[in-house]
Amino acid sequence: METGMIARELNLKVMSGADKNNNATGGYTGDLLSDVMANAREGDIWITRQVHQNIVAVATLKDLAAIVLVNSCEPARDTLEKAMKENVVIMVSSQPAFELSGRIFNLLNSSK
Amino acid sequence: MRKASSAVWKKLKPEVNASENILVKNSFDVDGGNFDTAGTVSTRIKSILKEQGLPSDVVRRSAIVSYEAEINVVSYAKRGVINLTVTPAAVEIAVNDEGPGIPDIEKAMQQGYSTASQQIREMGFGAGMGLYNIKSYSDRFDISSEVDKGTFLKMIILIQKP
Ligand SMILES: Nc1ncnc2c1ncn2[C@@H]1O[C@H](COP(=O)(O)OP(=O)(O)OP(=O)(O)O)[C@@H](O)[C@H]1O
Ligand SMILES: [Mg+2]
Repeated sequence: METGMIARELNLKVMSGADKNNNATGGYTGDLLSDVMANAREGDIWITRQVHQNIVAVATLKDLAAIVLVNSCEPARDTLEKAMKENVVIMVSSQPAFELSGRIFNLLNSSK
Repeated sequence: MRKASSAVWKKLKPEVNASENILVKNSFDVDGGNFDTAGTVSTRIKSILKEQGLPSDVVRRSAIVSYEAEINVVSYAKRGVINLTVTPAAVEIAVNDEGPGIPDIEKAMQQGYSTASQQIREMGFGAGMGLYNIKSYSDRFDISSEVDKGTFLKMIILIQKP
């Protein structure tokens, strides 16, 4: 499912990469960067509360479809600048990680 | 008191001959303590490997091991150099840093062991998984270290499985 569609369905605020519309094929939830490096798959939506600019490099290196920040966490300014430069999609949700993960899981499954 | 130690994990035989037919040879500096630029060397390495048209699995694993090694230099060392060598047979990533070194490599290799500061943990590092990830995603991994001098890592990712 396209990231733009997920944003519309779940009321996510798109902070960067609005024109990208990557295809999300799965998801991964976590705040430990080495865990995400090891276990997320290409095309995943990454659900996290980390806002530091290191998340952009992780998304680029892992070819993730998008980063979704939970609990209305706003990306740091450097993070946003870097994401725009590297064409990484960052979105923000007002929901906590547990709920948002469940919703994205259902959404991706129902579109299969 | 200085202590030198080392360890090697080999999952491959025969040895990769790195002197054959070099396609890419590049060297990158890594700035210790600078989290603003952390990950840029690995991002560069990934795009070089992609340009070479290497299989996506090789690019993916190289990106993981170079990122973890780069972040460790940024987190713990003063400065480091990452050397990338590509031959038709393998990607080799060698990392040499000047820093505190690792007193007990066996312990450092264990999942969950970390000496990361609170500040580093707040950015999402310090799970104690980096070295373990490097070991599991490379086909050969050498590590050696001398306390108060620095740490040396060499990772090999095979392009054609023997
Ligand atoms: N280049 C290095 N110089 C000095 N010490 C290091 C170096 N690399 C690793 N270490 C030591 O080994 C420990 C384990 O490293 P490892 O990369 O596995 O986990 P981490 O960096 O603590 O956390 P993570 O990588 O999961 O974010 C570190 O906490 C640190 O004490
Ligand atoms: Mg580490």
